[in-house]
Amino acid sequence: MTSAASSTAGIESLLRFETVSLRFDETVALDSVSFEMGPGETRVVLGAAGSGKTTLLKVAIGLIRPDSGRVYLFGQDITGLKENQLFDIRSKVGVLFQEGGLFDSITVAENVAYPLLNGHTHNVPLDQVETKVRDALRFVELEQTVEQFPAELSGGMRRRVGIARAVVSEPPLVLYDSPTAGLDPITATTIMALIAKERDSQDIANLIVTQRYQDGQLMANFRYNRNSGHLEPASSNEGAEGNGPDPARTVFLVMKEGRVVFEGTQHELEASQDAYVQKFVPKY
Amino acid sequence: MEGLLDFLKPPVAGIQDFYILSGRALRNLFRSPHYADDIFIQMDAIGVGSLWIVILTGFFSGVVITMQMSRALEQYGATGQVGEIVAITLVRELGPVLTALLVAGRNASGIASELGSMKVTEQIDAMRALGTDPIQKLVTPRMIATCVMLPMLTIVADFVGLLGGYVIAYYTIGLTSSEYWTDAYQALEYNDIVQGLLKPFVFAFIISLVGCFYGLRTSGGTQGVGLATTKAVVVSSIWVFVVTSMLTRIFVNLH
Repeated sequence: MTSAASSTAGIESLLRFETVSLRFDETVALDSVSFEMGPGETRVVLGAAGSGKTTLLKVAIGLIRPDSGRVYLFGQDITGLKENQLFDIRSKVGVLFQEGGLFDSITVAENVAYPLLNGHTHNVPLDQVETKVRDALRFVELEQTVEQFPAELSGGMRRRVGIARAVVSEPPLVLYDSPTAGLDPITATTIMALIAKERDSQDIANLIVTQRYQDGQLMANFRYNRNSGHLEPASSNEGAEGNGPDPARTVFLVMKEGRVVFEGTQHELEASQDAYVQKFVPKY
Repeated sequence: MEGLLDFLKPPVAGIQDFYILSGRALRNLFRSPHYADDIFIQMDAIGVGSLWIVILTGFFSGVVITMQMSRALEQYGATGQVGEIVAITLVRELGPVLTALLVAGRNASGIASELGSMKVTEQIDAMRALGTDPIQKLVTPRMIATCVMLPMLTIVADFVGLLGGYVIAYYTIGLTSSEYWTDAYQALEYNDIVQGLLKPFVFAFIISLVGCFYGLRTSGGTQGVGLATTKAVVVSSIWVFVVTSMLTRIFVNLH
């Protein structure tokens, strides 16, 4: 069992929203949002700009407090926790921010090492930090950037370093905020392939906020085969050792003006007659 | 009535937020972890980085005060006492205030723009998500560094100011070295030294906390960073003058 899976053993729900609402002045950011995700599940949140996707992600780890409702992270109610009480629980969650959120005053290696050296619950011996950092950067194929600063990297590379930092401590849950926003289609596919690879290598749960249906499609239909070292269509490697979660465990959630207007599988999403939901599904 | 409440709400909420930030920054002095590296980096940026402009400004302040005062004192035949005037003016008031204004212009703006850029690029959120308190990591080290370095910079400004005054007193007015320095030294009392060092210490809190406050409140992208920077310099400069007036009032009464 991987460290990610072992740390969630016995927990039925990694993240649960119960009628969570939030307003910014006159703007409704979240309106009675409820959902629940379990270990190993991939949750893809689709929505137009300003629909509350990023706010949902920030509320999930207590960066923003909701006006009403409850948020449970790893079974613990985090709604009323103080900032210093949240640090422990947050260190069990990896986060990729929209622009990477890398600290530009320190090097790539120091950025990736940050969760290991500053996390509240990670007691990684100092001599192992460098190895873990190199492993994480090798995973995103950026080992050569160790000594560079984030400003010297391209947008896609920064996003990949962000992924390395999010997963270096092997958290059981990783949140991705628009991981492919503003990237060309090739780089976007590379990023999503890395996220799928990480999911299936570590058996971790993902909450992916995105505007692109293709991102969710890739997560639902492709799995990383540890034996071949490649992403393969989910149906072609069923039963193979080291497969990731069942594709049915990729759940889509569509948001509109702070409300959840759809929750279901890819097939249910494609079959939806709702005009807004249909806008996210490409017509071939 | 409701309109008045809406008008007053933002500034009152702003003051409340500033007090909360200040309280947390001070409380963190007694809480772990302490980021010694960040404190030294900030001491270098604020102290060593500001040294040359403080030396130049201090020197020419002394030069100007001596030239202006010697003309005024000449009417009473008291040009020999120019050292006393320069010493009192510099140590009590101009040294601390000019240094604080320079540091406000250079460092309150720098702090606000750095923290503001971090805010709009989600680095502050990332820090919180990674289990680090941004106030502990960013605000407290800047506050400590400014509180240590601003009094030191003020001492440097006072000294080079006196030196500037000496250059004019010696070469233009024709005073001897001993006349100038003895007069300057004897003019200073314990009270002057205390207020000359207490003021920069208080200004340091204002400059660092106002810079951090506007930096951490930045919103609206790069335009917001510019706005935060401007506000940090304007507000901290105004507060330097308000606080120096209050402190001077207290020390004048004590005298």
